[in-house]
Amino acid sequence: MRRSMLFLPGNAPNMIINGGTLRADSVILDLEDSVAPGEKDAARILVRNALRTVDFGCETIVRINSLDSEFYEEDLKEIVPCAPGAIMPPKSSRREDILRLDDMIERIEEENYMKKGKIKLIPLIETALGVENAFEIASSCGRVTAIFLGGEDLSADLRCKRTKSGEEILYARERIVCAARAAGVEVYDTPFTDAFDDEGLIADAKLAKSLGFSGKAAVAPRHVYAINEIFSPTKEEIDYAKEVMGVIEEAHRLGKGAASLHGKMIDPPIVERARLVLEAAESAERRGFDE
Amino acid sequence: MGGIIKSASAGTLESSDAFVEIFPAEELSVEISSIVMERFGEAIEKAVREQLSECGVAAARVRVADRGALDCVIKARVETAVRRAEAKE
Repeated sequence: MRRSMLFLPGNAPNMIINGGTLRADSVILDLEDSVAPGEKDAARILVRNALRTVDFGCETIVRINSLDSEFYEEDLKEIVPCAPGAIMPPKSSRREDILRLDDMIERIEEENYMKKGKIKLIPLIETALGVENAFEIASSCGRVTAIFLGGEDLSADLRCKRTKSGEEILYARERIVCAARAAGVEVYDTPFTDAFDDEGLIADAKLAKSLGFSGKAAVAPRHVYAINEIFSPTKEEIDYAKEVMGVIEEAHRLGKGAASLHGKMIDPPIVERARLVLEAAESAERRGFDE
Repeated sequence: MGGIIKSASAGTLESSDAFVEIFPAEELSVEISSIVMERFGEAIEKAVREQLSECGVAAARVRVADRGALDCVIKARVETAVRRAEAKE
């Protein structure tokens, strides 16, 4: 389960070595925007060594440089053999980009006698073309486990101002949630970039949850706790889900085809939602962030 | 690898990092300065020499200013400096 994905600059050892203590469900070791062009080589080697030796205690994701850059092939050669949980290609705009990446990763897996397909892909969708092609990206290959919306680059591409309330990316948010769910993959929301506006962060994360996002990225470690909390099921949701499952089990036991709870018909979508809530609650408990 | 053909550096003087400089030389020498020299000086030098050996560097002057970096960071900075020092313009 990923409720929070925390970005860590790939050339900042003090951030990287403490990354595992910051309570995020995933850390994103960044080789792209947070690394100056002249330091790409240093960041790549540092991230590779960190993947080999640092126990992050959570999923590791590496954001490589974009496929139109001179850096991404070297990124893959160094990073894939370390078997991170996922690779995040930025500016993913077409299905073909993802398939090309899938081929390249598979080749490196073969060369290193690695299990094929274990490293997942989380395409970062942050162009107008990427938003329009979100479903074909999300369903392009088995490695794609989620898609992730990048609001900053997207608003630049849309030629609009990025605001805290986010009206300018509402269409993109709705579209990529729909695309991800249609493709059967998870979907993550853009980070809230004002590290010190706690109210703004909470409103933004609640909006993302209400739209159907599975979780949200963070660029500030202090955002992780609120994101985890917002994307964990509430006690009321868990209690209701347990009631639903209880009523359904009882109905099945009595051989009834239908069941009701508090005067409301319990149909398959409600049961499925209850199952997902209980699954998420169990994962949250395992991560131990409920205190 | 192994041909140090020019001077190069890698890393920073920030906390948990190390700043590594490498210069062409006739033989191998390593100088370390560290905020934790008394306790970890030997371990740092060992990590630096291991990485130089892994990179096939037999001759160079290497200077490391450590700011409390883990071994994996020191080794990354040494490897980066070596690759930069080996690279042709």
